[in-house]
Amino acid sequence: MRYLLISVLMLLTACGQERVRPSFHPEANPPTLSAWGALQVEKGRLILGEGVEPYTLNTPLFTDYASKLRTVWMLSGSASIGEEGSLDFPVGTVITKTFYYPEGEDGTVTAAAYQSVDLSSEVDLSTHRLIETRLLVRREDGWHPVSYVWNEEQTEATLKRTGAVVPLTLADHQQAGPFAYVVPNENQCAGCHAPDAASGRIEPLGPTAGQLSRREVVGDEEGEQLLRLAEAGFVTLGDEPAVVQTRWDDASASLDQRARSYLAANCAHCHNPQGPADTSGLDLSLGATGAAVGRCKPPIAAGSGTGGHRFGIEPGRPEASILTYRVGSTDPGAMMPELGRSLVHEEGLALLNQWIAEMDGTCSET
Amino acid sequence: MRHLLLGLSLVTLAACGSEDTARVAEATDESFQEELQLQLLDAKPGDVIEIPAGRYALDRGLSLTADGVTIRGAGMEETVLSFAGQVAGAEGLLVTADDFTIEDMAIEDTIGDALKINEADGVVIRRVRVEWTGEPKTENGAYGFYPVQTTNVLIEDSVAIGASDAGIYVGQSKNVVVRNNRAERNVAGIEIENTQDADVYGNVATDNTGGILVFNMPNLSQEGGRVRIYGNEVYENDLRNFGHPGTPVASIPAGSGIVINSHDDVEVFDNDIRDNRTANVIISSVYASNYADNSWSDSFDPYPERIHFHSNRLSGGGDKPDGAELKALKLLKFGPGGSFPHVLWDGYAAEGRDPQICIQDEGAKVLNADLPNSSKNISVESAPFDCSLPRLKAVRLASAE
Repeated sequence: MRYLLISVLMLLTACGQERVRPSFHPEANPPTLSAWGALQVEKGRLILGEGVEPYTLNTPLFTDYASKLRTVWMLSGSASIGEEGSLDFPVGTVITKTFYYPEGEDGTVTAAAYQSVDLSSEVDLSTHRLIETRLLVRREDGWHPVSYVWNEEQTEATLKRTGAVVPLTLADHQQAGPFAYVVPNENQCAGCHAPDAASGRIEPLGPTAGQLSRREVVGDEEGEQLLRLAEAGFVTLGDEPAVVQTRWDDASASLDQRARSYLAANCAHCHNPQGPADTSGLDLSLGATGAAVGRCKPPIAAGSGTGGHRFGIEPGRPEASILTYRVGSTDPGAMMPELGRSLVHEEGLALLNQWIAEMDGTCSET
Repeated sequence: MRHLLLGLSLVTLAACGSEDTARVAEATDESFQEELQLQLLDAKPGDVIEIPAGRYALDRGLSLTADGVTIRGAGMEETVLSFAGQVAGAEGLLVTADDFTIEDMAIEDTIGDALKINEADGVVIRRVRVEWTGEPKTENGAYGFYPVQTTNVLIEDSVAIGASDAGIYVGQSKNVVVRNNRAERNVAGIEIENTQDADVYGNVATDNTGGILVFNMPNLSQEGGRVRIYGNEVYENDLRNFGHPGTPVASIPAGSGIVINSHDDVEVFDNDIRDNRTANVIISSVYASNYADNSWSDSFDPYPERIHFHSNRLSGGGDKPDGAELKALKLLKFGPGGSFPHVLWDGYAAEGRDPQICIQDEGAKVLNADLPNSSKNISVESAPFDCSLPRLKAVRLASAE
């Protein structure tokens, strides 16, 4: 089936472009992104390698309003669906995520609504700027994070293990102005991608069955993303249909489901019972209940992160809740998430504010 | 261009805080930062990363995930990592690895915590200084030394200055020795929180809001137990509280020597505790803190029990308590020229259970504030606290022997 699709893709790209075959590098990380063949720059466009599938998520992580082009490819085999919709990818899997912005002629970037994912799986480089491409590579000994930063000419991305600060200027949006886009260092990848702090094992976070299961329109055709990935041979579907994770911007879903999905996608990689933020007692994974989610919960070691507030969530009072204070902060000592953003996600914050504003009850005072 | 932009973003950040937040940033030593982080990325067990004498300006947090690594400078005044220009990272250095040693260097002016070590077995911090320079202020980072959920931890001969929460903080950890350190101008000098088996000795805690704190907080993975505080000098911890409102330490009155909150099995002996203006010793329940009882699990024990003070040298203090209520109480009970006794106790105890708070120190009386009964029967006594408890065992820690 995968080969059928590839041949279709080959037909689609019949305008003379030859798609690159992806490579799996079982040991060393090549110094340039192009050596992986997952992505290539061709005639002023970033396009996918042969057989590489794009995907998007119901509720993605916010990263400074960057658009993200996500891809998956594997040497052989396919991912099986495990507990709670997690995907068990085989050795030889290469997942990529390219961070980019629409770019104006003056070099400023714009905060394109980051949810509207471009599934044409191409990026026009005359109107966009590529910042970085992060890879997660499944090798024999586990997942390896690898980061590449794009050059100014937008022709190649080179391995960057120690991270970088890329000064950008946002042209639109409430937060228009300069900001420091931060490329994490290799260790910091584990800051999010090791959701079990005891094992420290690196894992992909986005691609779960619940996040991938969504309607999509590719070209003229409407379909289901998880089915497309299954037809491509990358996922083996189980007997049970996936429990779909709510889209954070799905106006037809309940406020609670949307907010919890947003918190799960943006916070639960640390704030889960095994995560590095279990030190706080705050659990924002989808299954968490009660005070663990922050309702009337006093802070433990929040430091400046409290913003002077006394509870994680004070029902009805987002302006007095630590959770929304930290999501709305850009002070590195107070903001949440700690890594991966320099800007506030205004729309996500608005969702959380509304969620808390509509909560009933009070926290008793002494 | 790059530096200009970074400069702009820094100005923006500073403008968001309140008064006096200008952080004086030196130009980042890009090549040093790059090289050091690369060394941390490539480190293998047994590696020693040496940082020669010098002052180095960094703009991003460092991180280490490899086990068995030592980072060594040329001295806490000689090798200085300055994070005054930090734009990213919640810590100066974040370590998530076992068998970590850091020696002979300083970490200054980080935007968040200076040195955080999360979920590690085997930590040695030796002759390291963490400091926020300038006047103590709320905008300073929260924790100086911050091992949390760690096991077998030694912090010795180190210095912590200016933390807006705790200078030396050990949280949710097991088997800990904190000795011969100096903590000053922090909100909490030394804080042991939800930690099991800790020995804190030979330290100097002065000019903090509170000198040495032993806290047990609800809703955490581990309760605290068995802490020995001995041979420390805890004096003149009279600094105004500059903690962030809402944090547990923000409720500590300025002038607190040793504070035990909701913690069981604490032995405090052979310390010099003097001239802490609210009280040399405060023993309290989480009920007396800012928080009501609606947010912790049923299994949480909010009462301090089996607290054993003996052979300490207590003097002075209690003469200028912090906060309107304490001031009024002092005036009412002891007059304008009087002082609180050495020990303040909020009076919370479990129904039908002797809290076993034993104060055997010479001349130490206890003020029972009787908070459970809205302070109807405030008393000053020593007889009810004239008891003794079995000694706690010393912590056995290989790295401290």
